[in-house]
Amino acid sequence: MSGSPYALPAIIVVTVATIGIGAYGLRFSRTTSDFLVASRSISPGWNASAISGEYLSAASFLGVAGLVMKYGADMLWYPVGFAAGYLALLLFVAAPLRRSGAFTLPDFAEARLGSRTLRRWSVFFVVVIGWLYLLPQLQGAGLTLRTLTGAPYWVGAVVVGVVVTVNVANGGMRSITFVQAFQYWLKLTAIAIPAIFALIVWQSGGFADLSGAQSPTFDEQTEVRVDTAVTVVVAESLTLSADGNVDGGDIDGPATWGAGEHQIAAGTVLVFPDGAAVPHVSGLPALSGQTWATPLGSGGASPDHPIFATYSLILATFLGTMGLPHVLVRFYTNPDGRAARRTTLIVLALLGVFYLFPTLYGALGRLYTPQLLITGQTDAVVLLLPGAAIGGLLGQLLGALVAAGAFAAFLSTASGLLVSVSGVLSTDVMGRGTVRDFRRAATVAGVVPLVVAAQIDRLDVSQVVGLAFAVAASTFCPLLVLGIWWRGLTDIGALAGVLAGGALSLSAVLITVLGGELDGWPGVLLAQPAAWTVPVAFAVMVVVSRATASRVPPNIGRTMLLLHAPESLGLGRGTPD
Amino acid sequence: MDPVEAREGQPPRRVRVDLAGRAVRRAAYSRQELEEQTQVGEVLIRGLVRAQLGLALSLAGVVILLLGSLPIAFALFPALSEVYVFGLRLPWLLLGVLAYPLLYAVGRLHVRQAERIEDDFSKAVGTDS
Repeated sequence: MSGSPYALPAIIVVTVATIGIGAYGLRFSRTTSDFLVASRSISPGWNASAISGEYLSAASFLGVAGLVMKYGADMLWYPVGFAAGYLALLLFVAAPLRRSGAFTLPDFAEARLGSRTLRRWSVFFVVVIGWLYLLPQLQGAGLTLRTLTGAPYWVGAVVVGVVVTVNVANGGMRSITFVQAFQYWLKLTAIAIPAIFALIVWQSGGFADLSGAQSPTFDEQTEVRVDTAVTVVVAESLTLSADGNVDGGDIDGPATWGAGEHQIAAGTVLVFPDGAAVPHVSGLPALSGQTWATPLGSGGASPDHPIFATYSLILATFLGTMGLPHVLVRFYTNPDGRAARRTTLIVLALLGVFYLFPTLYGALGRLYTPQLLITGQTDAVVLLLPGAAIGGLLGQLLGALVAAGAFAAFLSTASGLLVSVSGVLSTDVMGRGTVRDFRRAATVAGVVPLVVAAQIDRLDVSQVVGLAFAVAASTFCPLLVLGIWWRGLTDIGALAGVLAGGALSLSAVLITVLGGELDGWPGVLLAQPAAWTVPVAFAVMVVVSRATASRVPPNIGRTMLLLHAPESLGLGRGTPD
Repeated sequence: MDPVEAREGQPPRRVRVDLAGRAVRRAAYSRQELEEQTQVGEVLIRGLVRAQLGLALSLAGVVILLLGSLPIAFALFPALSEVYVFGLRLPWLLLGVLAYPLLYAVGRLHVRQAERIEDDFSKAVGTDS
């Protein structure tokens, strides 16, 4: 499996452009602090494009399609949740947060409750969530370069990690709204145009059935190169030819595989005949089109308890968005609370348009690139579909376009995250926020996830992102929502809630990432923890605040006025008490 | 006679009070009350927060009702997944396409209503003192 020969040049162009704009931005951002200027001059339209550009990450660009291809209808909740998170942000957070004047989550925590301890723990969770979210960006980069060029997995991760770290440490990409805004339109173009061509191909083939009784088959003779050793399950015996090492023995020529498991060593090349059923990586059930197309079927990502898993995912994505560190910073560039609301509304529209497309890739991938199910690396479907479905020069050019869009996604999201993480690290942990502190912090913030990302290529990109959402929903969501709407919140209550939600969700994440698969209820409770960790965090916050009611900040009335009254009235912003 | 003219001359014995003037004075009074956290001010700001929270919760409720009921509905009535609309299975049409315009519509409604609540609050308080 290889991509278009034009993909590598396209990736290089995007990367070099990012570095170039970063270098230009270095001079630009020294003279004009974009965040200060922007707060007066940037319209909601530009701002919304920039927010969407930064938000659409590897998970949105590659991961959603990969999950849809693998598991089918239940995975449609991922993009719906990624978009709906902005509705929750709009309803409960956007305008009051902008009015609070807080630039980061720790700023908000301290301004609202006046607790340095709470601030420090908020910094801790900003860093944890930022790193968790950076991992899949680097993973996606590794996967993309390997798919397109055959380079080892770690190369892409290192390229993106180093480019972004150096760039951010030098001050580039820091706050240039128009670059991030451009990234949105690049990503939309890169995912939409090839999808439209692929749709036309599908239509001219008479809309081949995607939801029939069969599981995917090869519709032509297909050569598959296995990059990492894999165990596959064959449903019915099939004849193929193989070159490499299968089931512990060297082979070069025709072979017949009986039904059951077969181990394929790295570097083996398999050639499947036309019409053969596609073997699936062990652990991934071979779904018939019917099961795949039906929600809550036996074949989803959590076959034991699909309803619980679905609701937990909904909760994590709906409530997690507001707690992502790189999302909130951009709200500060709105001139006032009303503009923050209008910006969020436009973001909802922009994301809604984008998320129509990944689903198409996932569905058509079962027709045109079924070989991805052998290795389970379905995250590559977006990259390979244009070449496989459309073919020819056009297919190769469109393949290069999606590759460029994917890299734009890794670079822009990773930059935004790294800026946020190094921002809080440099002001709260490693110094006092000088430029030199920021550079050192950026280096640390970039290297840590890079080292981790080089170790894991087993997990799906979207699933890691889902875990980051779960932690954000279990910590910052209750802090923001109760902090904005409930007078009774106390510093100790907030701290207890953040720690409870954070410890529980983080343990679940670590067990899932490090410990591998668990069956039954423990497995699903840990793989999709939000449904219990979010309510626990809220409950602890409320109960402990009630128990420490004497600690409610004395100036709470003024704070409420500041958060909720329109700025034009100038209320709550006069001389401090 | 205009009150301003009156002040420039002799101290006025009578002050003409019109309705607009009274409204301005009452508004300035409640601004001060808000800033000083008097009980009247408390009531005003509590009312604003309650109105905005009520709006946000009820719109969230609409989304929870419409989207949140889908997994249960698909589980209870598997036949729903076999319904085709415009060549798409119902779950794919609802989640893959229609969910997004729904989210936008709810968001739009929220922006409009939230601004209306703020305008009412501004009117009650007066835009400038």
